[in-house]
Amino acid sequence: MSEKKGDGAMEFGVIFAGFGGQGILLAGKILARAGMEQGLEVTWLPSYGPEMRGGTANCTVVLSRRMIGSPIVDAPQALVALNLPSLDRFEPQVAPQGAIVFNSSLIRRGVERPDVVGVAVPANDIAQELGNPRVLNMVALGALLAACRVVPLEAAMEAMAHELGERGRQGLVEINRRALELGFEEAQKQLG
Amino acid sequence: MSRVLMRGNEAIAEAAIRAGLKCYFCYPITPQGELVEYMARELPKRGGVFLQAESEVAAINMVYGAAAAGVRTMTSSSSPGISLKQEGISYLAGSRLPCVIVNMMRGGPGLGNIAPAQGDYFQATKGGGHGDYRLIVLAPSTVPEAAQLVMLAFDLADKYRVPAMILGDGMLGQMMEPVELPPPVDPSSIPEKPWALTGAEGREPNVILSFDLSPQGLREMNRVLQDTYREIERSEVRWEEVETADAEIVLVAYGTMGRIAKTVVERAREEGIKAGLLRPITLWPFPYEPLRELAERVPTILTVELSAGQMWEDVRLAVEGRAKTPFYGELGGVVPTPREILSEVKKHVSS
Repeated sequence: MSEKKGDGAMEFGVIFAGFGGQGILLAGKILARAGMEQGLEVTWLPSYGPEMRGGTANCTVVLSRRMIGSPIVDAPQALVALNLPSLDRFEPQVAPQGAIVFNSSLIRRGVERPDVVGVAVPANDIAQELGNPRVLNMVALGALLAACRVVPLEAAMEAMAHELGERGRQGLVEINRRALELGFEEAQKQLG
Repeated sequence: MSRVLMRGNEAIAEAAIRAGLKCYFCYPITPQGELVEYMARELPKRGGVFLQAESEVAAINMVYGAAAAGVRTMTSSSSPGISLKQEGISYLAGSRLPCVIVNMMRGGPGLGNIAPAQGDYFQATKGGGHGDYRLIVLAPSTVPEAAQLVMLAFDLADKYRVPAMILGDGMLGQMMEPVELPPPVDPSSIPEKPWALTGAEGREPNVILSFDLSPQGLREMNRVLQDTYREIERSEVRWEEVETADAEIVLVAYGTMGRIAKTVVERAREEGIKAGLLRPITLWPFPYEPLRELAERVPTILTVELSAGQMWEDVRLAVEGRAKTPFYGELGGVVPTPREILSEVKKHVSS
């Protein structure tokens, strides 16, 4: 994982944000689980207000090689924004040289900050092409892992398979695996 | 041992079951709903009783009954629900009945909101219900620590015949972290409770009451309680210190704020500020003595809380003017970020 001095040395913080129902909390949990299964310390902190019921949802995931103090991050190294209100709200918080993965299927603007890397991923469109619009969260997570190599893509795939397996959704593992891959590839294309 | 990613609420429930919990009574409330759900799903499978009562008052009185029968018992709620339980908690304390009460605090007063807060410190540590009593109050700051402290809470409650409270907050309840779960307690290792109401056949009946009309009699009951509390104060104070050896400013924070304060200490040190942290793990008994010792050599002791300064009163009682005791708190469920606390720290150190 990347190590940045200053704002939380050796720690990687990311905010996932979007509409309730876009799979924001699950995407964050799968990253956290992948980190844990790689032997890292992790925290997963959801927003749990009434906003969860139909409004916006977000969660903060921290990965670290050491014990994690604050699960709240004031300058995340990365943001995954699946809708415009999330990009508007969290773009200013991202750490300089951080990355913003945003869902260009729904967000009609680019990243405004000159000091962060923007990755436009048409997550809804890719998910739709795969045949299940609900896998957009894994497209976005795949893209995040290309932009910030915090855990290997394979680790996220395994964590996803474990998570879906425990929920009795083994049948969805393959399409989610493809979604992670396509998101990863899309981001890699843009990042060169 | 394998690690499992769990919410605080779930880890507390699982740890309680592993501690030998037999009877859990509740009335649901956010932000501890997952604790209730977990118990509903798991406890009956593992030989215990899960019962959702008709109210918080009913639930705490069911705890009274189960505790009197000598089994490990627990209830959980969040701030407004804990207020409703106070009469029952006073009766449990007066009757010397061991149990565990979990309060995942939310914003108050009144209905407040469901965001994390620490405004129930007074209620937890100074009484809450009527009469001269104390609860053993344990304040976990992380999910793994919550699991450990639940196990400890059952042991301490049984050992001293004093109700124990786990005082967490919505953030601890909702967040996930890897937990290495402790192995289940061997039921035969739980000490006998010869005072319990188990059927009096072949022995003198046991009586459990929080009542004595005679002032002399009630005074004796109170003396037993007070003696027990003094012993707990001598033996069970728990706290953690981080980087206090050379500190010029020490933060005092517990629970969720305690872990956020660790990040603040780290960042302050990166900027050359000699900051440290004292994190009370037992809020009652409060770590007065360790704080007093720190105050002999540390010029500034900054209390950071999600309240208007409830623990701050205990900090000042400990410091007794030996050091400056500024306060930084947030209200209403707002949680300060490490950066915000760090800028507060900077106000109190000479650069």
